[in-house]
Amino acid sequence: MSTTVPPTEAVILEEQGEASVRSSPALKYALTKIGGALISLAMVILLGFFAFKILPGDPVAKAAREHPMSPEQIAQLRAQLGLDKPLWQQFGDYLVNVFTLNFGESYVYKQSVASLIGDYFWNTILLTGTSAVIAITLGLWLGQKAGWRPGSRFDRMTTGTSLVLWSVPTFWLALLLLMVFGGTLHWFPTGGMVSPNPPDDTLGKILDVISHMVLPVITMVAVVYAQYVMVMRASVMEEKSADYLITARAKGLKDDDLRTRHAVPNALLPTVTLVFLHIGGLIAGAVTVETVFSWPGLGKLTYQAIQGPDLPLLQGTFVVFSAIIIFTNLVADFVYRRLDPRVRRG
Amino acid sequence: MSGSTATLARSPRSMAWARRGRALAAFWREFSHSRAGMVGLVFLGVIILLALLAPVIAPAWMLDVTKLLDSPRFAPPSLEHPLGTDDQGRELWVRMIWGARVSLLVGFAATAVSMIIGTVVGIAAGHFTGWTGGLLMRIIDFFLVLPSLILAIVLSIVLSRGVWTIVIAIGLTSWAGTARVVRAQTLSVESRDYIERSRVLGAGHWHIIVKHLLPAVLPLVLANTTLTVGSAIIAESTLSFLGLGDATLQSWGSILKNSMDVSAATAGYWWYVLVPGVAIVLVVLAFTLVGRAVETIVNPTLRSR
Repeated sequence: MSTTVPPTEAVILEEQGEASVRSSPALKYALTKIGGALISLAMVILLGFFAFKILPGDPVAKAAREHPMSPEQIAQLRAQLGLDKPLWQQFGDYLVNVFTLNFGESYVYKQSVASLIGDYFWNTILLTGTSAVIAITLGLWLGQKAGWRPGSRFDRMTTGTSLVLWSVPTFWLALLLLMVFGGTLHWFPTGGMVSPNPPDDTLGKILDVISHMVLPVITMVAVVYAQYVMVMRASVMEEKSADYLITARAKGLKDDDLRTRHAVPNALLPTVTLVFLHIGGLIAGAVTVETVFSWPGLGKLTYQAIQGPDLPLLQGTFVVFSAIIIFTNLVADFVYRRLDPRVRRG
Repeated sequence: MSGSTATLARSPRSMAWARRGRALAAFWREFSHSRAGMVGLVFLGVIILLALLAPVIAPAWMLDVTKLLDSPRFAPPSLEHPLGTDDQGRELWVRMIWGARVSLLVGFAATAVSMIIGTVVGIAAGHFTGWTGGLLMRIIDFFLVLPSLILAIVLSIVLSRGVWTIVIAIGLTSWAGTARVVRAQTLSVESRDYIERSRVLGAGHWHIIVKHLLPAVLPLVLANTTLTVGSAIIAESTLSFLGLGDATLQSWGSILKNSMDVSAATAGYWWYVLVPGVAIVLVVLAFTLVGRAVETIVNPTLRSR
């Protein structure tokens, strides 16, 4: 399967990227990156098998210890769960299930895990996507302002705030906002995604969802943007001492032009990879934020799976979360290539 | 002191120790000039002292619910109850001091696991070229990208409940950042002439790694350690909050979990939510300040800025 998919995707990407030149470095780059992503995905799947099928031990033996069962019942249950087969065959069954997105049935919801994830997937994308866009924009903007004048009052304030917010556990900030703005001030709803009696018109519905999103988004942005500030600040500081900026300054360019037209575009390059690397932190934040604000997303599902414990559901969210992150990192690699001509030339 | 022993006996070993002693003294001189780093260090010292003295300051019976039957529940902070009481009439300050023991212990132990894995994998990935190094690099990148909280959740749910499971779960999922820094440093040291010389003289992998690479990467590992303890404490509180901790033990995370269970945030018991959270923020901030101060000293590229 892995031998047929990459080339087609690579060709599409290459045609979008460089319409005229059908150069082999581009193809090679795409193939390496897609190949790397597929290896990562394979490792996630392998890790999933190890974590969910081998580490927990024999679930039937565990059940038999809690409720006395006859040997026939035990044998029947083992056959039902496929545990009587040798390990390699179990692994084969597992692979087939993963590729057909068949993660089994959730114990808690009594529903197939795949359909549950399908229902909740876009809610999480809406929440984390909005938070990511705001956090990245805010973080990069503050970071380049602070890094341009290190040691200034603006820099000290920005860095200080970032360090404090970086030290805050996400779920606690969520509880705090819930307490102040939801509980005491009643400015925003305390949980869920829509009101019990949502408005009838489309605009009203959208505004209703937005008002439910405000607190969770603020929480996630506050906890994540600090990393972007620090990365961008360091990057701009490094660009500042580059020779080309001294030349540009000597030509008499205005300070603002120097920053926005010369320093920032170059400082953005090393930041792109790191920005996407931190998406994992955002996903982790989704678990606790969705739990505190009962946002109907994959994070909430993960929490429910922990309370069960509901291993099939947990396995499903684990694979999907990991796949989202591997995919965004693949996107990052291609964005990076578009932005940096040096990488494009290979 | 170490300087005088070196002049008495000039064996290579004692000279090396004298050099290390001088380097340590120089390091301390520089560190003591960093105001933020010193504030963090003093604060951490106080907290660690309080945690160690917990049985003296707050005898264990103060946590025993059966002995607190006529103590008020949900009493707001006052002179009598400095930080207020919880849903079972326990003094919050007593729980906080006992909780510090578990939170700090988990933080340090998980960091130790993480640092050992990170250093070993990082040095190996930088030292061994070709197939082995490439594979290790792939594994580092994989763990760097993977959502560590989700993986820690998975580990703590499939393994048996307990503090050590939490330690292992956090340690196994947080080493990749360190490994990357260590690998980069190893690569830069590997290209120096003295390694080449050592290799020509017949030094094996073990000798080069232990005598040359390890001392060169340890300062960076130290800086990373202080930064990692902070995030390990946050990770512990998050896992406890999600109900994956040991329910019989006090930790700052489990106190917050209890507060969530009685809906303290929406019911108006603000101290129950505020106190443990502020403690976590301050301790993590202190570790971050110390870590950044150490990093500025040991990482030459950050110096003179």
